[in-house]
Amino acid sequence: MKRHQFRADSLIEVLHKAQELFGFLDTDLLIFIAQHLKLPPSRVYGVATFYHFFNLKPKGEHTCVICMGTACYVKGADKVLASLEQFAGIKAGETTADGRMSLITARCIGACGIAPAVVFDGAVSANQTSDSALNVVKGWVQNGSK
Amino acid sequence: MVLSDLLEIKEKELASRKKFTVRCCLAAGCISSHAEAVKDALNKAVTDAGLADQVEVRGVGCLRLCCEGPLVQVDPSGTLFEKVTPQDAPSIIKALQGGKSTARVGDPNSSFFTRQMSIVLENSGLIDPDRIESYIAVDGYQALRHALREMSPPDVVNTMVKSGLRGRGGAGYPTGLKWTTVAKTQSTKKFVICNADEGDPGAFMDRSVLESDPHRVLEGMAIAAYAVGAEHGYIYARAEYPLAIKRLQNAIRQAKQMGLLGSGILESPFNFNIEIRIGAGAFVCGEETALMASVEGRRGQPRPRPPFPAESGLFGHPTLINNVETFANVPPIVRNGPEWYAGIGTEKSKGTKVFALAGKIKNTGLIEVPMGTPLRQIVEEMGGGAPDGNKVKAVQTGGPSGGCIPAEALDTPVDYESLAKLGSIMGSGGMIVMDETTSMVDVARFFMEFCMDESCGKCVPCRAGTVQMHHMLEKIIARKATLQDIKMLEELCDMVKSTSLCGLGQTAPNPVLSTLRYFRKEYLDLLKTHDGESKAPATEPAPAARS
Repeated sequence: MKRHQFRADSLIEVLHKAQELFGFLDTDLLIFIAQHLKLPPSRVYGVATFYHFFNLKPKGEHTCVICMGTACYVKGADKVLASLEQFAGIKAGETTADGRMSLITARCIGACGIAPAVVFDGAVSANQTSDSALNVVKGWVQNGSK
Repeated sequence: MVLSDLLEIKEKELASRKKFTVRCCLAAGCISSHAEAVKDALNKAVTDAGLADQVEVRGVGCLRLCCEGPLVQVDPSGTLFEKVTPQDAPSIIKALQGGKSTARVGDPNSSFFTRQMSIVLENSGLIDPDRIESYIAVDGYQALRHALREMSPPDVVNTMVKSGLRGRGGAGYPTGLKWTTVAKTQSTKKFVICNADEGDPGAFMDRSVLESDPHRVLEGMAIAAYAVGAEHGYIYARAEYPLAIKRLQNAIRQAKQMGLLGSGILESPFNFNIEIRIGAGAFVCGEETALMASVEGRRGQPRPRPPFPAESGLFGHPTLINNVETFANVPPIVRNGPEWYAGIGTEKSKGTKVFALAGKIKNTGLIEVPMGTPLRQIVEEMGGGAPDGNKVKAVQTGGPSGGCIPAEALDTPVDYESLAKLGSIMGSGGMIVMDETTSMVDVARFFMEFCMDESCGKCVPCRAGTVQMHHMLEKIIARKATLQDIKMLEELCDMVKSTSLCGLGQTAPNPVLSTLRYFRKEYLDLLKTHDGESKAPATEPAPAARS
């Protein structure tokens, strides 16, 4: 895991790897990283909270990322988000109480040509509407309850 | 690796060309529409038809017309197929020998394509980004060889100065001048950084370049490193672009194997290594000093300049930092000479610019046009205007730092100065079209929310100012504001603009200022009148999403 020769400047790379392995960064993990890179824990915590990409809380079983870039926004991403929020009963950035689903917004995923774009569990879907997005999410919930 | 080796690879690659090439777009846009399944189906169809010795199916970079993806183009006829499904594959292969395909045929001669002028994107959609041989076959790395063997570092810098290339990241700082400054510094250790942190929402040019032609960026960086005397380079890429990062990693590995990166490049004494650093989702890291802090593994917070990165940058050493598109322009300039490049574009803005056309427009996708092309030509002729018969209302350039250009000003040529005069900026090249159903006040609020979230919190005007401006815009949209509030908003914009530390804060008020300038009526319509009644209840403040 520490391929970066314990260099202090590789902190962000290490955090990426850690998140990939564990799904999120809990406090023990951050302290462990701080000790091994010989950095103050405050610095590690500061970096981990500064960047949007790092999660300090566990994510849901499924994730749904809604692109809220300008192109997606003018094409109605806010409507998609609103209907998903209503359906799941959570706000963007939160995870449902049963840990089934996380709803996340992204600044721009660079898929503006096919706006509005939504990423369901890592797969980008093009030209989404409230209905099409709800269908996917409903599918998750149903599969899970079986 | 010397010239003869490069030429040999090129010969071999050209000789292995088959009679037909079926190029299947494998950029992120088309992949999300299942382009990989299409490619597999095409491969299978070729084998089934027994044409494996005649037809090559090649995964390529962006074919540009993203809204009609997945795209497949066939050589030598040049036929373009749109919205291809795996079921279409057998008929496309059959159509090679005459016959009709079930897939929808696009028009490669529409003005969307013919008005383009490709320099940065010249290989995009033609070569296989995963194979270095494919890049060498189109004279890749020849510019690096030429620079290393036949030019001295000052020659290379001079070439860049003469070409008139300006930074494509947004501000338009002359690239040659930047290189000169770094080259002049007396330091044994220097760095070259490629800024691939394309944070502007609505921009995807850099992603496309990296996905379609990663070697070109590496070659540009290597030439830059040779010119300024650096031995180590970083590419700072967004974590949101996993495909671009994968292709870059692959490209770096291949280039190292061939001796085009690493020590003793092309049997010269020049050494250069490139490392990729992955961002973690912070818009402010597109600012150069913040980016360098992030490369060093710290929080991406900008610091005051001077000292400029060219004097004291990464780890305190002189650092040359340029955008992806800027580096992508370098190899053709070295290959074709600065005079050729300076002959394109306008007096002060040379060359071409890649734009990502998106929003309420028929043809969304990637375009590259010479500087000075009128906006109207891009939006109406190439983009096909707004869909559903609506009228184009405004064009937003430069992302959250730019402004909205009203439809009346569409005849403005696209260059750094003209856009600045309109209160917008060139920016990195995102171009979002808005039609009459879009509320400009809401757009301004959207960008302010963005800047508020992305403010790093280091300096007060930006940290507190963006929150206050957002609050005021919310108030206006809720129809609770008065004329006094708009006045205050304007004053606040001015204050934030002139007192913020970095580019993010200084340009954060731009969307508000430009919409206030051109669409003031929309703000006024939302004001509360004296009796507490809203003046214009008819216009809905919500953003329009009725398409």
